[in-house]
Amino acid sequence: MACVEAHGLRKSFGTTVALDGMDLRVEEGRIAGLIGPNGAGKTTALNAIVGLTPYQGQLTVLGRDPWTKRDQLMNDVCFIADVAVLPRWIRVSQALDYMEGLHPRFSRAKAEGFLAKTTIGRERKVKELSKGMVAQLHLALVMAIDAKLLVLDEPTLGLDILYRKQFYDALLYDYFDRGRTILVATHQVDEIENVLTDVMFLDRGRIVFQSSMDEIESRFVLVTVNPENTAAAKALKPVNERQVLGRSVLLFDGVDRQQLAAVGEVRTPSVEDLFVAMVGGRAGQAQGVAA
Amino acid sequence: MNSRSNVMNETPAQATAIAPSAVPWSRQMYWCVRRELWESKSIYVAPMVGAAITLVACSISAMRLPERMRAAAALDPVEQMAIIERPLDMAGLFIMGVTFLIALFYSLDALYGERRDRSILFWKSLPVSDLTTVLSKASIPMFVLPVLTFAVTFVTQTFVLVVSRAVLATSGANTLAAWSHFSFWHMEGMLLYHLVAIHGILYSPFYAWLMLVSAWAKRLPILWATLPPILAGLFEKVAFNTSYFAGWIQNALGGGSGRAATAATSMSMDSLTSPWPGEFLTNPQLWINIVVAAILFALTIRLRRQRGPI
Repeated sequence: MACVEAHGLRKSFGTTVALDGMDLRVEEGRIAGLIGPNGAGKTTALNAIVGLTPYQGQLTVLGRDPWTKRDQLMNDVCFIADVAVLPRWIRVSQALDYMEGLHPRFSRAKAEGFLAKTTIGRERKVKELSKGMVAQLHLALVMAIDAKLLVLDEPTLGLDILYRKQFYDALLYDYFDRGRTILVATHQVDEIENVLTDVMFLDRGRIVFQSSMDEIESRFVLVTVNPENTAAAKALKPVNERQVLGRSVLLFDGVDRQQLAAVGEVRTPSVEDLFVAMVGGRAGQAQGVAA
Repeated sequence: MNSRSNVMNETPAQATAIAPSAVPWSRQMYWCVRRELWESKSIYVAPMVGAAITLVACSISAMRLPERMRAAAALDPVEQMAIIERPLDMAGLFIMGVTFLIALFYSLDALYGERRDRSILFWKSLPVSDLTTVLSKASIPMFVLPVLTFAVTFVTQTFVLVVSRAVLATSGANTLAAWSHFSFWHMEGMLLYHLVAIHGILYSPFYAWLMLVSAWAKRLPILWATLPPILAGLFEKVAFNTSYFAGWIQNALGGGSGRAATAATSMSMDSLTSPWPGEFLTNPQLWINIVVAAILFALTIRLRRQRGPI
């Protein structure tokens, strides 16, 4: 079953088009990464999915329309926005009381369990906590909710490398199971690459590429070609080409690995390689056209 | 946070078995109102500070009460009682003034503050509707503050009364006749009635207007709340040389003409002109105010749904 399904999703702010007929589908039990450059429409897409912004087009999340049924939807969906949004005046104990009183699927014991592994004092106010601690607190509150869908918008923005790693480790090992779905938007591809089961590249309000990680591994090959083999390699129809230290790096889609090994060094591309090839290329073309 | 924990080792089936599907609306309201009290401590701190100041002032004033009573010895007992009652009235007025200001400023910040500090994104990520949120915030000036004002004033006036009686008793002034014209319970009853009927219900369009502005304004909600009505009044005065708008606001604040409404809004707790609830309820101004408030609150709920962080 599709957890999130969008068809022709549109949203503009004045003359700026944020979502330009976006089609998106996230299956249940996946960890999907929505990857795109700044201003690609990631935040707008996620805001539409959690019912924070109206939109044109079709969108269902867990079978509901998020804009009209936000309050019901939020029983089953959790959301962490790209900025620290926990109110600065609230005490940790108050946040726990409030969530326990108000959220039907919040488990205080779980939240206390996560917090026990941190140094966050129960009587501290959010404004007295460091940025990393606020993120830990928010994650503890969210992971203690037995939700079906977790939506994260650049959740680790501004955190140092240790907190970032802890954040995704906690998410993966303490939270995720096949009954849950996670949708995470980021432009820092490398740090979530090994967490994801699916990737979607978003560029100028549209999904330009969507694939499972398994499919990427079987379909795509990145070849670093020596100058003498360039012509032979190009004959195999690469989908993208770039120059690294005087050597061509070519990306192939669905070309036999054996055949490619003959023209250069073969490896499986990282999500970042794919992203640069598919979105970076388009951006380059666009600039070329503009110029 | 270690990567591996055993906290989450229960099966999903167990977890869903414990989790109920929804929280009753009354419980949501309760937690939303508690949340407001956590955030705006001034709601209960300011009336208590006001009461403490009043108490000290009235106690100092009570020291001169025997002197005033001797000067008023020739007056009739009703007038004598008025002198004894004055500090009680002043105490009530002072606390009411404090909480009314709190109500106005609270309403003006209620939906602006959460957009300014971006916490609206957190509140909206929880299963609470915009209707519940706005109603819980509206309940602060319309219900919580009037009831709290009554409780604090009741305690303060009791203290002031005890002090006045003790001072008068030890001074040996003869005030027995005056006391026969005094009913503490009637005074408190009138106070509660005034707070609920006037502050809670009749003034609701003003709270609703302030909350609407607070949900709408991107900057300086206080200017948006005050300047447009002032300019509208000025425009009408200059263009048509009429003042219907200003008159309407005055009526809305004063509860319209008529003896009952005037008495209800007059701050005096004079027992002789007590308004009957029947007269209050049949006053069209009350119903106009209720309708205006309902429209403004409905617009506020719509805006709360559409607005995000500033």
